[in-house]
Parts: sequence; structure tokens; C-alpha cells
Amino acid sequence: MPNFVFLWTDVALFLMVAAVALYAWRVSRSDTARSTWARVARSSSAMSSAVVLIFFVVVGLLDSVHFQPRLPPAPDAPANAPVVYAPQVVSLLDTLLDDTALTHQEKTYSAPLAYLQFTKETILQEGGEPYRDFPRLRFGGNHLDDPEAQWLADVAQRAGIGAMSGLAVAMLMSGLLLALIARSRRRHGQHTTWAGVWRDVVVRGQSDVPWRAILVTALIMCLTLGVVFGLATGYHVMGTDQTGNDVLWRALKSVRTAWVIGTLTTVAMLPPALFFGIAAGYFKGWVDDVIQYIYTTLTAIPGVLLIAAAVLMMQVYIDTHPDLFPTSAQRADLRLFLLCMILGLTGWAGLCRLLRAEALKLRELEYVQAARAFGISHFTVMVRHLLPNVMHIVLITVVLEFSALVLYEAVLSYLGIGVDPTMNSFGTMIDKSRLEMSRDPMIWWNLLAAFVFMLALVLSANLFADGVRDAFDPRSQGFRPTRRSRLLAILNKGST
Amino acid sequence: MTARDLVLEVSDLSIAIDHDEHLKFAVEQLAFSVHRGETFALVGESGSGKSMTALALMRLLPQALQVVRGSVLLDGRDINTISELAMQTVRGARIAMIFQEPGTSLNPVMRIGDQLLEAIQAHTDLRGEAARDAAIHWLSRVGIPEPSLRIDYYPFQFSGGQKQRIMIAMALAAKPDLLVADEPTTALDVTVQAQILALLADIQKEFGMAVLMITHDLAVVHQVADTVALMRHGRIVETAPAHEFFKTPKHPYALELFDAIPTFEKRGRPLSAVGQTKPISPDVTLSGEAPILTVKDLKVGYPIRRGWLKRLVGMTQVVDGVSFELRPGQTLALLGGSGCGKTTIAKSLLRLLDGTAVCAGDVRLAGEDLLLAKGSGLKKLRTKIQIVFQDPFASLDPRMRVGEILQEGVAALLPDISAEDRQTRVHHLLDRVGLPADAAKRYPHEFSGGQRQRIAIARALAVEPRVLILDEPTSALDVSVQAQILDLLNDLQRESGMSYLFITHNFGVVEYFADDIAIMDAGVLVESGSADSVLHQPQHAVTKRLLDAVPRLSFGQASA
Repeated sequence: MPNFVFLWTDVALFLMVAAVALYAWRVSRSDTARSTWARVARSSSAMSSAVVLIFFVVVGLLDSVHFQPRLPPAPDAPANAPVVYAPQVVSLLDTLLDDTALTHQEKTYSAPLAYLQFTKETILQEGGEPYRDFPRLRFGGNHLDDPEAQWLADVAQRAGIGAMSGLAVAMLMSGLLLALIARSRRRHGQHTTWAGVWRDVVVRGQSDVPWRAILVTALIMCLTLGVVFGLATGYHVMGTDQTGNDVLWRALKSVRTAWVIGTLTTVAMLPPALFFGIAAGYFKGWVDDVIQYIYTTLTAIPGVLLIAAAVLMMQVYIDTHPDLFPTSAQRADLRLFLLCMILGLTGWAGLCRLLRAEALKLRELEYVQAARAFGISHFTVMVRHLLPNVMHIVLITVVLEFSALVLYEAVLSYLGIGVDPTMNSFGTMIDKSRLEMSRDPMIWWNLLAAFVFMLALVLSANLFADGVRDAFDPRSQGFRPTRRSRLLAILNKGST
Repeated sequence: MTARDLVLEVSDLSIAIDHDEHLKFAVEQLAFSVHRGETFALVGESGSGKSMTALALMRLLPQALQVVRGSVLLDGRDINTISELAMQTVRGARIAMIFQEPGTSLNPVMRIGDQLLEAIQAHTDLRGEAARDAAIHWLSRVGIPEPSLRIDYYPFQFSGGQKQRIMIAMALAAKPDLLVADEPTTALDVTVQAQILALLADIQKEFGMAVLMITHDLAVVHQVADTVALMRHGRIVETAPAHEFFKTPKHPYALELFDAIPTFEKRGRPLSAVGQTKPISPDVTLSGEAPILTVKDLKVGYPIRRGWLKRLVGMTQVVDGVSFELRPGQTLALLGGSGCGKTTIAKSLLRLLDGTAVCAGDVRLAGEDLLLAKGSGLKKLRTKIQIVFQDPFASLDPRMRVGEILQEGVAALLPDISAEDRQTRVHHLLDRVGLPADAAKRYPHEFSGGQRQRIAIARALAVEPRVLILDEPTSALDVSVQAQILDLLNDLQRESGMSYLFITHNFGVVEYFADDIAIMDAGVLVESGSADSVLHQPQHAVTKRLLDAVPRLSFGQASA
């Protein structure tokens, strides 16, 4: 057994997963909530984004299981010698990617799919004569005997094999899915065959849940991942950075940081926003005045200034108490955790305003008055009658806020007040590329990788958030054309 | 009437709703025609599809609804086939519409003159001074005093009735062939309603247009309609000339509706079809005649605070010296127009105004001072007085199960009762108000308006109050549902000897239901006495004016 290490943010992330699972369980038991979420499930853009998001979630969670691997016992160790663990903390994701190019380090920069280093070095010839040239990489293209002649064919072959295996996985998954759909339809008394389900769901796209869009997204994902990992068996797909780390690997590790910032910050933001927002709207009068003064003052201070001050204070604390944080991973992690808390505690004013407005409206409703007529205490009224009735606003805000925070982290790290410099994050990648982009020839792959990953993550999170908002907004329900044609079919069948 | 006079012909119209799991029809195979100079009334209870029909005529249906079949011919042209651009010249110019809520149908940040000019310039050739003159002319035509001055006023400077008049002026500005009036008087007081209906009839006579009146109020229909079409569940069940319809209604649903209308003559017998088949429960004998609730010289005012330190500079007096008595087993109706302070009285009796308003006077509930009670004394008094609100859709927490809603009050006011006893009490209450036992496990949105009002009544009854304040309990409900609720309230009173303080603006309900009547106007009681004397020998001018404005329904006679 390796020695599992529980970092603060790991624990927070898994607690969050547990909370989401609990919420899902509650939704499955309530008809109202289920039908609202079923509306999300009927939006093709939201479901396609969900497929992409699931990939990122899996990456983020795999990267959140940290442990120190057990070292093999020394050859001459006695039988009862204590188990020795590696000093370095690694994650499950690292172990899974162990044999690919992602975890092999080069000396310094190399371009995507290169077999030569990006910079020249002095190399000793066989006769001892030094000359300057681009050296071969330690791993990328190492297996090629005559790189110039073999490179293109090898790359094509690896990409092809990767694509084929990606396709195979996609076929397997869609086959399984169609079988499940056919089974559930048969259970509902419909007589269907496999071919029937294929024709309905995929060819015509007639299903409540947009399976066709989901399958197409999954297919594209599988093909892309297949090609990338096929190439990663022999090359650095996105190149390497200054210290020779694989850029793709750094981008994958940054996904976890983005998740932590996006989710943990919103969770930190909720308690003050909920408490102050509802209290201000419910009590009105001087309570409202005080709370409004607090948050207007807070929003009047430039956010970056406030965060910079808090982060510097925290850094001083960490530096003066080195005994509390034995490993650098723990130090970096605590800094990330506290950054989330700081962002949350400085960013609750927006949600607080929304909740105050909603509470002002709700407090005049008759069910609140009826509760007061029963002499129920203010606190109970707020918890029992107001809180559940503002949760839809909270949900929508949290989902929308997520992508804004991921982008904000990039800005803060760029300014040097974000996460620890040793921690992989999109912000630190972008920060480094400031110098790389000004070189000639330019080093563009670092920025491109950060850009592609952030775009994929934030765009899918935004589209999913749109779907959620539409589902929870009763005014946005439209009459969909595909359903209209089906409706007309039913109508005409009924009248003849 | 000849075919030449035909303005609107609707045939086989079906409108579908895209519902979450299933597809439903809001309107099915509707057919009717409206002629020039005719007032055609589309009558039905809520959810019968009458408003959707009106919106379909304007092609303004919400996104989730669509016309899936049928035709709407306006002067022989199907409006469902013409382009959106051509439709813009039809809306307003050929078909104009007046909406239910005058408060929200005018843009609050535009002068009414500008809004009127917009309509005039869109549909006529008048520009500049001429257009403004036309606007002033229309304002004076609909009875706005000093039109040349008030044309530059903003909507908030007008009363509800005046706003509806301005809406009518805007609708008429283009001289439409057809005026669609969707519940034009529902949000207004009876006196204002009478004026608006008279204005509509007058204008119709002058311009000879067709009016499609959409309403749930049979009394209004009786007053204005030439032809009546009764809708139910998206279909027209009966179409007939108005005098025939009111004389000899053919469809059983029409008869049921007529029976459900409360009047003075129907006192003491059940209104609803179900109620009439059940035996009347016997009265409980009432202990003593001492009043359970006495209110002496009640005054309620909202403090006006100004300046930096919120100094008290004055008081807005909403209720000014109101006194009345309520005896066990009796019903006192508090009647008056909107804004006269009736609801404020109810809220002050329930101590819901603590902290926002100042209440003074001597209010005694079962001998104890209600306004000065504190802590446990107030809790004890709260078990004796409870309230049922007007809007059953706003008075139940949508996130709580019915069982939890019913238990909440008991748990708060009677903590001695064990959880098991509370459960049995909930089941007993649900049974008493005529709801199935499994209702306790369901959420309020699964119930209809009438059922929700039953839940609200059950919630108030849960602590076994001696006085129940009913704040317009039936004004958000359809006539047939109102009948069931009134029957239920009658039964409950007979069984338990509760007293009702019935707050309403609806004379029909009062005539049927109240033992005593108190008429309020501008924060004071102007007249009070037994129902018989107030209704039949009104003394005060306000009472007389209110009574005159009530639209009357007389059956078995031809309409006037």
C-alpha cells in the first residue's frame, strides 16, 4: 500500500463530489426537481458540454488522489525493516500516464512532435571535436534510427493507430448506450429493435434526450484523445517548456487547479452571501443599511489590491511557519486553498445583492406572512421559507461564476499573486509565455495549450450553465420544431 | 346580420402547449364568428383557453404555444398565413386589444401622450399638431378630465380606472374593426367597472365595431353581451344569443355556473352541485352571546421618516378609529373599495405590522388585549385568531410538502402536542376540508387553485382558532370553485362555532354569506348593521354608490 496524502484541496474537492452526489440523490426523489433537470437533459448544447465536462472532471479527480509510492525494499534489508516511501507526492493521474511522453522530462524547450531540441548545444563529435547543433531529444522520437526519413511515416502511423483505437472505444460506448435505450424502451412496453433505435435516435435525431449530439461529441472526443495519446507514446504532442516538462502534461495538471479555484471559491462565497443577502432583504431597516454599507465598501476597494494584500499576508505566514508544512506540495496546496478562501470572501457582494432583492420580494408573500401569523421566529422563517426559495438563484450564479473564476485565476497568476509558482495552472503557463512569445523564433505552444484547454473547459462550462439557467427560468420554454412535427402526427392520427 | 357584416370567423382552431413530458391542447377545434356592431362574449373559468384564443387572434401566443390547426379569417383573410410584416398592420389597426391589468400595460417611463401618439402615428396619417389634437380628442372621448393638460402626465399620475380608459383610447386611436377586451374590468373596483363597461358600450354604439369580450364574470356578460360562447377545457360547450343563454341555458355546465353565483336569495343553502346533495350539518349551540372579538377605536398609521437620522415627521393614517364587534358563530363582512384599509385592519389584528406601522386602540380577543400582548401571551392569542389569504398561489410555500405546511403552525404554537398527534391532526384536517389523505405527501403546485385554498384553510384551522380572518378568500377563484369554498366555510362554521371576519369587495359573496356588514371608506367605517338592513335600506351615500354599481344577474328573464 502506498502512503496516501490528503491535501486540503483534495479533501474539499471530494467533499464537493459527495455534496453533488447527495444533491443528485435528492433530485432523483423529487418530481419537481427531476423534471427541471430533465429539461437540462433535453438541451443538446448543454448535454454536449456535459460530455466534455465529464472528461475534465475525471482528469481533475484522478489528479486529486495523492500518495507517496512505496519504494522497493533495499536488496540487503532485513525482513522486518520499515517500509520506505518515496519523498515525492504523486497523483493517480501521474501513475496512469507513467509510460507516455507526458512524464518524461527533456532538457529544455522542444517544439510539438519534434525529435530535436529547440535550442542548439555544443556536442562532442566521435573524434572529440566539439560542434554546435540541435541535439536529439531524450524521449521524443528516440526510437527512430533515421529520423529525417522515418518521422512522417511514424507520426502518421501512431496517429492512425490512436484514431482507430479511439473509434473502437467510441463504437463500444455507443453500442452499449443504444442497447440500454432499447432495453428501457422495451421495458416501457414499446416494441423496438436495435435497428429501430438506431434509426430513431441517431439518423432522425428523434429522442427527448439529444443522444445524437451526445454521441457525436463523444465520438469527436474519443478520436481527439486517441490521436493525442497515440502520438504521446513516442513524442511530446504539445512540445516541452523551459525546464523540459511536457506541456500537455502541465495543461492536464492545470485542470485540477482550475476546478479547485472554480468550485472552492464559490463554496467559500456562499455563507456570507446567503446569510447577509437573506438577512438584509428580510429584516430591511437598519440591518439592511449596515449590510449594504459593508458590501458597497467591499466592492469599492479594487479587487486585485485586496487580494494582493491578503495573499502577501498569507505568504508571510507560510514562510515564517515552515514546520507546519513539511513538503512543498503541501505548501503550494495550502496557498491554493487560502487563495480560494480569499477570492470567496472578497467576491460575495454580487450574489448578496441578488439574494437581497429576492428576499425583499419573498418576504411580502403571503406564505411568509402566514408563518409570521403562527408566531414562527425570524430565523426559522429565513431558513425554512426563504432559503429554499432562493436556491435556484444560487445554483445559477454558482454555475455561471465558475468560468469567470477560472479566467480570474489566470489573471491573478499573471500578476504574480495567484497560485504558488511551482503549481501547474493555466495562469502560470500564460505568465511564462509572456517572455516566450517575445523570443525569435517564437515559442507559441505553451500559450496555445493553455488557450485550448481553457477554451474547452470554460466554453463547455458556460454552455452547460446556459442550459441550467434556461431550465430554471420558466419564461424560456419554447416550442421546439421537432416536437411540433411529432405533435401534428399525433393530432392527425387522433382525428382520422 | 348578413355575411357582409362578418368581421371575424374562427374555424377549427386548435392550439397546443409544449409541456415537459406530454403534449396538451390549450384550445381544441374552436369555431365562432363575430359580426360588425356585435359584442361577443367568450366566457369561461380559468384554464378554459379563452385568453389563449385572444392571443392567437393577435398572433401573440407565448413561445411554448402554437396554433397547430384551423383558420382565423379576418375579413376573409387568414391571419395565420400572412407575413409577420403584414401582421403588424393588422395588430392595432384592424384588431386592437385591451388587457386585464391597466397598471402594467402602460409603459411607466413614457408620458401617456407619447404612448398615444405612437399608436396614432403608426396607424393613421396624422402627424405633428394634428396627431396631438387627435390624441387630446381621444382622451376627452374616453372621459379623462382636462385632456390637453394631462396628456403630458406619466401613467403613475392616473388611477387604475383612468389607466384603463387611456388603454381604451390607445386601442381606439386606429379605429379598429375588432376590439378584443381580455378581462378589462377584473382588476378594477365595482364602481369603476360599471363606468368602464358603460364607456365601452357607448363607444361601440358610436363606431359600430365588433367587440370580443373575454371574461369569467357572468354578471358582466349579462350586462354587455349580444352573443355568448361558454368555454370549458378548451372547447366551446354552448353558443347562444345572450337573452336566450340567460333565459334557458341548455348545457348542464351553464346551469351549474348559474347555481354557483352567490346571492341574497340563496342564503342558507349550499351553492355547489356537490354541496346540494349532502345533508346540512346541524348547528352547534353557541355558548353565550358575549362578543369574542371587540375592536374599539382602532387606528393604524405608517410613520413618515425623513432626513439623515430618520426623524419622525408625520404619520400616514390608514385606519382611523374603527370599532366593531364579532360574536361567536357570526360572520362580519368588512366591505370597501381597494385602498380603504380593510387588509390593514386584518394585518394589525394578527400583529403582522409590528415594526412597520403604529397601531393604537383597544382590541380584545376573548377578553385579552391583543395589541399589547407579548411573548407567550401573544402565542396563546395566536392560536385563537388565524387568517386565510387571498391568493392561494402565493400563500403556500412551494418548497414544502402539504403535511409540513399544516404541521408548522401546530409545532410553533402548541409545542405540547407530540409528533404523532400532529400527524393524526393533519389527516383529520385534510379529511375535513375534503382533500385526499395522500395530499400530505405532495407539494402545493400539484393542486388546483381551489384545492390550494382548502389547504390554506386547513392550515389556519390546525390550531383551532375561534376567529378566522378571511382576506378575500375567493376573489382569485372561479365561480364554481368559490361556491365550494363558501359551502366549506359554512359547514365549518356550523360545526365549530367559529367567527369569521370576512374582508372583501365582492357584494355577491357578502349578500350570501354575511350576518353583519360593515362598510369602509378611506379608513373609517361609514355604515354597519345587519346584512338585511345594510343591503336593503342603505343609509350612507358610499353604500348606495357601491350597491348601484354591482352588476346584477337576473335569471329567467330576457336581458334589458
